[in-house]
Amino acid sequence: MSDRLRVKKTYKLYVGGKFPRSESGRSYAVTTPDGTELANAALASRKDARDAVGAARKAQGPWAGQTAYLRGQILYRAAEMLEGRAGQFAEELEAATGEPSRDAVERAVDRLVHYAGWTDKFASVLGGANPVAGPFFNHTKPEPLGVVAVVAPQDDPLLGLIDALAPVIATGNAAVVIASESKPLPALSFAEVLATSDLPGGVVNLLSGKVAEIAPWLASHGDVNGLDLGGVEDAALAAELEASAAETLKVVRRPGRAGASLDLVRQWTEYKTVWHPAGMASAAGGGY
Amino acid sequence: MGSILSGAEAASLVRSLPGVDAVGLEARAAGLGTRSVKKASKAAAIDMAIGMIDLTTLEGADTPGKVRALCAKAVRPDGDAPPVAAVCVYPSMAAVAAEALKGSGVNVASVATGFPAGQVPLEVRLADTESAVRSGADEIDMVINRGAFLSGDLERVFGEIKAVKAACGDARLKVILETGELVTYDNVRRASFLAMYAGADFIKTSTGKVGVNATLPVTLLMMQAVRDFRRETGVQVGVKPAGGIRNTKDAIKYLVCVNEVLGENWLSPHWFRFGASSLLNDLLMQRQKLKTGNYSGPNYVTVD
Repeated sequence: MSDRLRVKKTYKLYVGGKFPRSESGRSYAVTTPDGTELANAALASRKDARDAVGAARKAQGPWAGQTAYLRGQILYRAAEMLEGRAGQFAEELEAATGEPSRDAVERAVDRLVHYAGWTDKFASVLGGANPVAGPFFNHTKPEPLGVVAVVAPQDDPLLGLIDALAPVIATGNAAVVIASESKPLPALSFAEVLATSDLPGGVVNLLSGKVAEIAPWLASHGDVNGLDLGGVEDAALAAELEASAAETLKVVRRPGRAGASLDLVRQWTEYKTVWHPAGMASAAGGGY
Repeated sequence: MGSILSGAEAASLVRSLPGVDAVGLEARAAGLGTRSVKKASKAAAIDMAIGMIDLTTLEGADTPGKVRALCAKAVRPDGDAPPVAAVCVYPSMAAVAAEALKGSGVNVASVATGFPAGQVPLEVRLADTESAVRSGADEIDMVINRGAFLSGDLERVFGEIKAVKAACGDARLKVILETGELVTYDNVRRASFLAMYAGADFIKTSTGKVGVNATLPVTLLMMQAVRDFRRETGVQVGVKPAGGIRNTKDAIKYLVCVNEVLGENWLSPHWFRFGASSLLNDLLMQRQKLKTGNYSGPNYVTVD
């Protein structure tokens, strides 16, 4: 190789399908576990969080309106893109965690494929026709909550992120994710995977920065419908966030609660029950 | 005021106006748009902006029920928020709005003169105006004859505005220039002066029905015209940007311009209005944010 200067990547946020710097202009140094500097990542502010929620809200309706089949195709496409860049992600993960990581990337790809499969199945598994004593058809159908804020796990920057994110978007929610605070680089690179997977801009928004600074704004935000506290390690902060989320009636997933993938999918949906007079179900458009 | 000028005099005055320095105008507007208004000043600006809104619904699908709902919101937008300045509707809905707003202090504004294109015969436009006034409109929003203006027939535009002004009676007349169709800043300046010479009580940027609506530079230019007109004649005229102003940040930029260009005299609903529909909800959400400290969302304001 020649002794050319390497072109280094600027790690930016991912908001509304674009890669902006933080509105505040701030950044912070990201290091390996032994202290070697890796790169500077944008240090998101509350206004970046606000913009991300705005972008997510705008994208959520059309995303939920897409066919389940298409959502599955897009998640599968993301898995393909990740597979194609497995080498790069293994390197980034190893730099971030200090451990060999090829296996973690492969599991992340498999996890995406797994949730891609759920997109067109969860509604039939969780919902269905209910027997009622009257001349009615009665159906129950799980629907996405809306905008879900996710604090991604701190120690598992890629697989943990996908585990938290995939069930949110599989059902038609939009997500605002705070990446691992000390290891945000794999997540920020994963945004590039999403951006090239035909995922509409704004469905996933990724912020890097301090959980304690950004998460309270998301927890108290009136336009956020769900809150995943999986990556909040400070128990006092988690309790505080849960309390402020209660003010705006959010669904909250507490830290440390693991579950089967269907439970995670169900967490970010709400049930809608529809009554139709029997014999007229095809004529009625939708309902209450 | 009734104009004392003849059409030919007004047209010759208007034709002799100097051209607009477009680069300077846009730079000035951009500069004024960078002011940071925070905390207590922002809260005051939000309430002031709410009080200046002409809450507008101009859809083919307007129903009496929808207009009544909008009137209820106009009177009491949210908790202790102040009422808006007026409700702006089509002439066929003016009576409904007048009934719903009776005694509330909120005015009824009606568009007239074949809104939005204005491409109907003058007698129809005048009848449209008279009918709106009879239905209880306190304010009339007329459109100018852009076809005549762009073909250089300024006397005709002048005469028509004068005729509509006469048909308005006691109602205040807002003259919509439809700046998006006037193409150049020079034309906007000419149309502003022409409307003011003809007796406009307000000059308004747009109908909201074409691609380009109110922009900050165009409104700034109209504010300068209004300022110069008062300096020249002693008559104060109001300004109403309309269309495309959707959020609090934009509204505050306009208020900054009013204060800088026109001064405090104009910082009142009597002299400055926003023609808007979705702006009100954003102002209310910002108001809630300032009050509670949390970001609000569309679920906490009405769906219009």
